[in-house]
Amino acid sequence: MGKYVIRRIGQMVIVLFGATLILFACLFVLPGDPVGSLGGDKARDPAVIQQLRERYGLDKPLVEQYGTYVSNLVQGDLGEDYTQRREVTEVLSPKLGNTAKLAVAAIVIDVVLGILAGLIAALFRYSFWDVLVTLLTTMAIGFPSFVIGMILQSQFAVNLGWFPLISDGSFNSLIMPAFTLAIIDAALVARLMRGTMLEVLRADYVKTAIAKGLPRRTVLLKHVMRNSIIPVVTYIGISFGGLLGGALITEAIFNWDGIGFALVTAIQQQNNPIIVGVVTYGVAVFVLLNLLVDLLYAVLDPRIRLS
Amino acid sequence: MTELTKSDQGPDAATAQSAVANNTAEPAPARITQWGEIRHRFMANRLAVVGLVLVALLFAIAAAAPLIATHDPYAQDLTNTLADPSGDHWFGTDALGRDQFSRIIYGSRIAVVVGLASIFLACLIGCVLGALSGYFGKAIDSAIMRVADIFFAFPLLIGAIVIILVMGRGVLPVIISLGVFSWATVARLLRSSILSVREMDYVTAARALGAGTSRIILRHIMPNSIAAVMSYVSFSVGTAVVAEASLSFLGIGVSPEVPEWGNMISSARDFLGVKDFLWAYPSAAIVLTVLGFVFVGDGLRDALDPKLR
Repeated sequence: MGKYVIRRIGQMVIVLFGATLILFACLFVLPGDPVGSLGGDKARDPAVIQQLRERYGLDKPLVEQYGTYVSNLVQGDLGEDYTQRREVTEVLSPKLGNTAKLAVAAIVIDVVLGILAGLIAALFRYSFWDVLVTLLTTMAIGFPSFVIGMILQSQFAVNLGWFPLISDGSFNSLIMPAFTLAIIDAALVARLMRGTMLEVLRADYVKTAIAKGLPRRTVLLKHVMRNSIIPVVTYIGISFGGLLGGALITEAIFNWDGIGFALVTAIQQQNNPIIVGVVTYGVAVFVLLNLLVDLLYAVLDPRIRLS
Repeated sequence: MTELTKSDQGPDAATAQSAVANNTAEPAPARITQWGEIRHRFMANRLAVVGLVLVALLFAIAAAAPLIATHDPYAQDLTNTLADPSGDHWFGTDALGRDQFSRIIYGSRIAVVVGLASIFLACLIGCVLGALSGYFGKAIDSAIMRVADIFFAFPLLIGAIVIILVMGRGVLPVIISLGVFSWATVARLLRSSILSVREMDYVTAARALGAGTSRIILRHIMPNSIAAVMSYVSFSVGTAVVAEASLSFLGIGVSPEVPEWGNMISSARDFLGVKDFLWAYPSAAIVLTVLGFVFVGDGLRDALDPKLR
């Protein structure tokens, strides 16, 4: 197990390093000079621009800039942003918290809705509820998140007025974005849960458990649930990483003050340090969660760590 | 293949779709080709056929857009803006008086072009690298797989945004950005499939007969590994259509005047709850397109390898 962990962490470091390299290479052949647009209309003076370039280290050779970027990154320093002249980490950390809040809310909805729906569908196979769940989850996969967001906004914000159209950070304004983010994943969780549960239900050890006269409750909780939840846990782990990335659209629709919204704003302002910061966060979180899921999987299934 | 068909007919083999639609395959004739068998299983799956019809419809609409459209999708009529659906404008007009129906019809072209081209690009890169990786193994394999890991670490939209920032907006940048961040899965799928096929007896036999490396890869390994990739391709065309619409929705995809579904939905946001038909029709177009590709992908997966379910 120790060897496996070390190997996976080694791979993760390579991935992170490569990702920053791609990111850096892309952003420094960017058209348009961020400093040129920085000073607004007044600061066209070449001397001022030169001063600004020096201030942000844009006059140094690219290799040196990349070295500085990586060494700063390792120390958790993402540089200074162009518009507000504040530390990127300082600008982004409250937003990161907001995005995490949204992602956690979405995961809770995923788990509750997805597992419950999958469970009911599997236990009462071919019943009305099963067909309903299968139909809804099949349809939901075709809906892009912005369409779901628009439907929720027009129905529950404009028509019914239950929730605010635009988020103000309150709990009430969290509900619609969280559902927007969660619905597609909840559908996938429900399908996965139903599928694995049907498989587990006809496994030999379940038949044995029933045959030896264990109560139905015990069989369901100890044999069926425990085994059918493993793929679901893995899936949720992976999708949590995706949620942080996918929050982009949802946050843009609801003006939710997270890193996705920050990214969209930063793109409009050509605010490179923020863009780099958000993408770095996104990639790092995604890679870390994948590592955790892999390790969790290796703990649950010894065949993986031995191969 | 006959053996697989038998297990397919077992009462336990039903999957998620089967509750909605499933005709168990009829007993296979004594001799039947592999592709005939696959087509038979695919057509027996009602949902897969629905998907096929939706996809065919999309292609037909995209090809015949000028014949179907009732108006010029770019023509503005400032005297008739935000008109409700009527006999003349079936899906109403937008804030600039452009005919929504015609814009949706023309929008299918962007969806088809971006969806197919970006996944074609992903397959091109992914198949070459995946085949090299799976066939040669060792150092080449680890090198290629680490690069795949790096690209895999970018969530699709975020990766695409990085490329678009470099290349600017437009159809081509969208295609390239989605392709560049989709190939890693193709490479992984093909690699693992090749790993399992590589040690088969018929590959050893081909090698013993003196077949060269490229012949073994192209003639013996690829046809037997491609199944794993094919259903993924169908799914990912759907994903690419959504990603493309999402980028345009965010204002960083194709230019705003182009008739494109994400653009239309984005500009309809100003009239949310007032003129809901402005976003409802293009949304329906996206949903039907994506479902079409997902159903075909589901059907292909089940038809190509009933064991996988």
